Amino acid sequence: MGKKLLVSVVGVLVLVAGVGPAPAWAQKGPIKIGYQGPMTGPAAAVGKDMANGLKMYLDEVGHQIAGRKVELIVEDNQGQPDLALTKLRKLVESDKVHVMAGGLFAHIGYALAPKVDEYKVPMLYPVMAADDLTQRKPAKWVVRTGWTGSQPSHPFGEWVFKTLGYKKVVVIGMDYAFGWEVVGGFQKSFEEAGGQVIQKLWPPLNTADFAPYLAQIRKDADAVFALMVAVSSLRFPKQYQDAGLKARFPLIGGGTTFDEFVLPSLGDEAIGGISPLIYSAALDTPVNKRFVKEYRAKFGKVPSYYSETYYTAGRWINEAAKAIGGNVEDNERFLAALRKVEITDAPRGPIKLDAYGNPIQNIYIRKVEKKDGELWNTVIQTFPAVSQFWKYKPDEFLKQPVYSRDFPPCKYC
Amino acid sequence: MIRLPLLPRHRQIGLGIILLLLIVSPPFLSSFLLSLLTQALIYGVLAMSLDLLVGYLGLPSLGHAAYLGLGAYSVGVLTTRYGANSWLALAVGLLLAMAVAAVFGLVALRATGVYFLMITLALGMVIWGLAHRWVSMTQGDNGISGVPRPDLGLPWSFAKAIPFYYLSLVAFLFALWVLWVIVRSPFGQSLVGIRESESRMRTLGYNVWLHKYIGFIIAGTVGGFSGVLWAYYNGFVSPANMELATSVEALLMVALGGRATLLGPAIGAAAIVFLKNLVSVYTHRWVLILGAVYIGTIVYAPEGIAGAFTQLTKGVKPEPLRSKV
Repeated sequence: MGKKLLVSVVGVLVLVAGVGPAPAWAQKGPIKIGYQGPMTGPAAAVGKDMANGLKMYLDEVGHQIAGRKVELIVEDNQGQPDLALTKLRKLVESDKVHVMAGGLFAHIGYALAPKVDEYKVPMLYPVMAADDLTQRKPAKWVVRTGWTGSQPSHPFGEWVFKTLGYKKVVVIGMDYAFGWEVVGGFQKSFEEAGGQVIQKLWPPLNTADFAPYLAQIRKDADAVFALMVAVSSLRFPKQYQDAGLKARFPLIGGGTTFDEFVLPSLGDEAIGGISPLIYSAALDTPVNKRFVKEYRAKFGKVPSYYSETYYTAGRWINEAAKAIGGNVEDNERFLAALRKVEITDAPRGPIKLDAYGNPIQNIYIRKVEKKDGELWNTVIQTFPAVSQFWKYKPDEFLKQPVYSRDFPPCKYC
Repeated sequence: MIRLPLLPRHRQIGLGIILLLLIVSPPFLSSFLLSLLTQALIYGVLAMSLDLLVGYLGLPSLGHAAYLGLGAYSVGVLTTRYGANSWLALAVGLLLAMAVAAVFGLVALRATGVYFLMITLALGMVIWGLAHRWVSMTQGDNGISGVPRPDLGLPWSFAKAIPFYYLSLVAFLFALWVLWVIVRSPFGQSLVGIRESESRMRTLGYNVWLHKYIGFIIAGTVGGFSGVLWAYYNGFVSPANMELATSVEALLMVALGGRATLLGPAIGAAAIVFLKNLVSVYTHRWVLILGAVYIGTIVYAPEGIAGAFTQLTKGVKPEPLRSKV
């Protein structure tokens, strides 16, 4: 059928549907989803991965959710908190969106949360991983479908001590909330298992030259744990190798140090890197294989966890909207439905929210390997259904302060 | 160029209409446009304060966002942590900005031109670094969120968008009036004199350094005032408020609007706020458009929007400043 014909047939159908007795929602227009992320600026590539994930899902469902048309409004916040707040105002006040999904950097999550609560429009945080948003400073209207910074680190710390057998580890992490949380979670469980973090180095975000930090690394370490993000992830492994450290101290790290977003730009220096995360593109499940294949066909690259989380966020919105019969205007019910969503077959595995609003999901320990000339995060161990508190009791865990540069204190430094 | 004893009639009428529109329009605007207008007024204060340095003193500063940050952090820390009242937060914000400007002035005013640019850049980054690293006070990168709208002890509340807009308008007009009085005063005239020829002013017996120093402190203090407003407007303060990008943007507002005109930079601020926030709604290539606007300004209206407007209405090129001093 020609495109024109198709359009006219659809047009006639729409007309007919409009004339007939339509259900109440038909007069309400489309479900509006507001997205904001860094579409320009240094993190633009990540922002595109995120938006692509969401678009891909909406394309799959033909931009129809619960029988209503879906309109996606994409806004650029450049990764700047002030602009993010302005775009939030725009999405809610001008566009009158019913639900939002967005954000990359953890600190923007903190900036937006009070405003989201004020507007009472549900917002999904598929990536922003600031711990306290589902711990000590929960926000009612924020639905986190992603993770907390320390969530993958908790099982990883103990695993590193028990399985890899490293006793003394030097930590080098980006000096901001997300970095502290990833490192803090690792240090807590690693030291409880018997290990020692003997040094903590904190280069500022977007550091280009790591030489001054690499030179300080203590020589009695068994391994180095690195937490890099975005630009730094691209540079660190190479500099680590060039400094002659790779051969002496194996490199482990937080999930973003080796995620699929940077792997295509890295060379052999990344091989062997071990890190935990909620997703790996190499996951050997039919759902994920299909997801990776179609994503590659559409966008010409391997999906990163940014793409997966936003893809799943689209699905999340769909499930919740279906549960309330598409009546997303009823924001209280919509929020309740969003909190109740359970997905058993997302590309990353089964997901549901805990009582505090953070997903319980699988944590994958991944090792960078080369297959067919490409770098992949081969999954070497799966921890099923890990919550943000892992094996700790929530109320006891919440009594400790949020992870920071000085917490947990470095006892063995 | 614009500092005539009295504004010409058509200019008075033009400004009157703009003011009237600013007063009357809010109830008819969408709340998003209103929030942009509020932003424009607050950035207008910042741009005008910078204009005192750039336009009247000829000292291009690349660290002006630091004062915005100081004012904003004073409000953020005092209100969220100590529940301080708004007048106290305002006073502390202004005093802190003033004090820091007083210290920075001692260092920065040893240089002029490019060197002044570099020193102010470095000093600005010191304040940025402080906000970034002094986590126990500033919460680092996370920033301080949940800053409430001001409560001035007046019978009406500023929590809603429209009252807060009017508060910002009053604050803007107040800042404009203060700066206007300063630049029209003999002191302000001597600042222009210093810009045009330091050595001549020195031989005339002026204490050039002291004039510059006082000008620098006033610019910093008014910059702090814009920061106080910004914190109350946005409800959120973070190191991003005082990044280099913000300082550059302030400088561009002055250049775009027209140096040494006060109102010009305010118009420049409005232009940039609207370009940045509205154009980006329609295209992700908005940075390109912003760039084109800058280039267009430099090529076709080197005196900025205000300068171009003067030329248009008068039909003549503005008199060179030099002849007046």
